[in-house]
Amino acid sequence: MEILVCARRVPDTSENEITLNSAGNDIERDELVYSVNEPDNYAVEEALQIAARIGGNVTVVTVGGEDDEEILRREMAMGANHGVLITDEAFSGSDGLGIATILKAFVEKGNYDLILTGVQAEDGGAQVGGMLAAMLDYPFASLVNSIEVLEGRKLKISREIAGGDKEMNEIDLPCVLSIQTGINEPRYVGMRGIRAVASVPIPTYGASELAVDPRSVGGAAARVKRVDYFLPALGKGAEMLEGSREEVIDRLVGLVAAKGGLK
Amino acid sequence: MPRIFAYIAHKGGVADDSAAELAAVAKKIDAAATLTAVVMGWGAELDSVCNAVRGSYAEVWKIANESLVYPNAELVRKALVKVLPAGGVVLVTHEHFGIDLAPGLSIKLKAAFVSDVLEIEGVEDAQLKVVRQEFGGQVSAHVRCDISSGAVVTIRPGAFKPLESTPVSGSVNDKSADVGVLTASRRYLQTMVAESGDVDITKHNVLVSIGRGIQEKDNVAIAQELADAMGGALSCSRPVVDAKWLDKSRQVGSSGKTVKPKVYLACGISGAFQHLVGIKGNPFIVAINKNPKAPIFQVADVGIVDDLLEFLPELTNKIREMHGVSAK
Ligand SMILES: Cc1cc2nc3c(=O)[nH]c(=O)nc-3n(C[C@H](O)[C@H](O)[C@H](O)COP(=O)(O)OP(=O)(O)OC[C@H]3O[C@@H](n4cnc5c(N)ncnc54)[C@H](O)[C@@H]3O)c2cc1C
Ligand SMILES: Nc1ncnc2c1ncn2[C@@H]1O[C@H](COP(=O)(O)O)[C@@H](O)[C@H]1O
Repeated sequence: MEILVCARRVPDTSENEITLNSAGNDIERDELVYSVNEPDNYAVEEALQIAARIGGNVTVVTVGGEDDEEILRREMAMGANHGVLITDEAFSGSDGLGIATILKAFVEKGNYDLILTGVQAEDGGAQVGGMLAAMLDYPFASLVNSIEVLEGRKLKISREIAGGDKEMNEIDLPCVLSIQTGINEPRYVGMRGIRAVASVPIPTYGASELAVDPRSVGGAAARVKRVDYFLPALGKGAEMLEGSREEVIDRLVGLVAAKGGLK
Repeated sequence: MPRIFAYIAHKGGVADDSAAELAAVAKKIDAAATLTAVVMGWGAELDSVCNAVRGSYAEVWKIANESLVYPNAELVRKALVKVLPAGGVVLVTHEHFGIDLAPGLSIKLKAAFVSDVLEIEGVEDAQLKVVRQEFGGQVSAHVRCDISSGAVVTIRPGAFKPLESTPVSGSVNDKSADVGVLTASRRYLQTMVAESGDVDITKHNVLVSIGRGIQEKDNVAIAQELADAMGGALSCSRPVVDAKWLDKSRQVGSSGKTVKPKVYLACGISGAFQHLVGIKGNPFIVAINKNPKAPIFQVADVGIVDDLLEFLPELTNKIREMHGVSAK
């Protein structure tokens, strides 16, 4: 099975406190720690496990800039056969539709049976996978948390719905699935693994190679635009307990006891 | 102004709570709008849903189709594409069904798409101005969406106060004939109900809840000891389950359990919306987090900025002392 995984490099919210810059219109981008968008990493692991079970190849693709190559190498160190960087000045400022348009052009150059995305990017809208599927006229399922390959170019999948219940579906190939965290346990990648793929060439594609009309993507074509970031006015806000740890604990125990929180 | 449509999710003949919230959103987009609810499904229960939303929507489009017995997003999308006029604004609730349906729908309608909206700031020159959150709710963003060729907008459940239903009752229009036969390349098989675990966190008055801030599996015991000392139970956020440190039955949130404790201690939990929606009944929330800007402090009653790995054991000792058990 030929599997394509779409992945993005994002500021890692488990490693950074995301705050506003001093101008108050963007997030503070100095000294951010970046990593693979969390569900995308689960998607790569799932692709690798499927390929190991039934045979096939895993390609990881990202639309971004030069810096984003690092996540492709990371995912290749996990075992992905190929990494592809799609980059072009004309692509910058694309909205979700623009990214899906670019990815569609790339998909059409290949021959993929299965395309995986993450459920949502840290700064995204849980949209690229569903848009890409609709553009390709492939079936789509979101929030996928298990995949079983059936005979006759079909998969049996489960989707995570409310309350942790699972919605079981059968879906025809080729299809696009958005992968939810927890579907598997992504393998660990050490420095040695990353070094081993450090010099593998990574092909890049731009608008002309993909025959994407530059006017159909990028900031100018975007119908959805982020104007700025801001911190919302605090709600009532918590009463912050300050002082030494002993003092804080004394106060807390009193408050919690008053609410019936101590047996 | 474009026409505004709301897709009404329903189950067992009852419209989802979000139906009246979507009506409120529509009024915020255009106070003068004539609202249309689209109700799809099959069987007698469809009529009770149509009836129930007549109070908030001037017009109700009923679409009965046997293949829509279960709301398979691919079939629903195909049916919507057949009935909706070009250029409308379509509102959908941002939950597992909306996430499945809405992005692809926007492509087929050639409409713009903006998701998980929590505030509407108005429309100016065909630009819908909305507020979204990014990075797990750590920051908000002002976003503009060009609605000149229509839009599909998903709305965060619970973010808008429901529109009060008026005695003016909307008309029900049967549009079923416009839909015809529907086929899908994704077929619903069945729903598997989540397994119940060893502890039922929905029945506890005191929950000590841990998030990614607990850092590793071995530290879970620290929180369990506190829960034991308090006479409560241990619950958690999603990353703790993804890492297999606790069972799925312990997860609080939109894809986990809805809990109604009296006291909720959020330890190393940032306060993402998908977690917070699982906490109901207005409990006394204590947040312990080393990041003073964590969004959890906006919803907590009491906040403590500290390292939970040091704070929790000391709190446990204090409570044990009070109970007359000698501290370890
Ligand atoms: C469709 C969907 C459904 C979801 N359903 C759920 C759900 O049901 N439940 C759920 O919880 N999430 C759910 N999520 C995930 C949710 O969006 C967040 O990613 C998740 O809630 C974050 O968990 P967290 O707060 O534990 O981790 P993080 O956001 O990583 O926060 C960890 C926090 O710990 C703090 N911290 C770190 N170390 C320490 C320390 N030593 N002492 C004190 N504080 C520390 C950090 O400052 C940070 O605030 C869902 C997501 C999606 C897309
Ligand atoms: N620039 C990109 N390059 C490759 N994949 C992407 C890109 N943006 C989004 N995706 C994929 O689409 C998923 C959903 O992103 P989003 O719709 O932006 O929330 C991500 O988890 C990725 O798998």
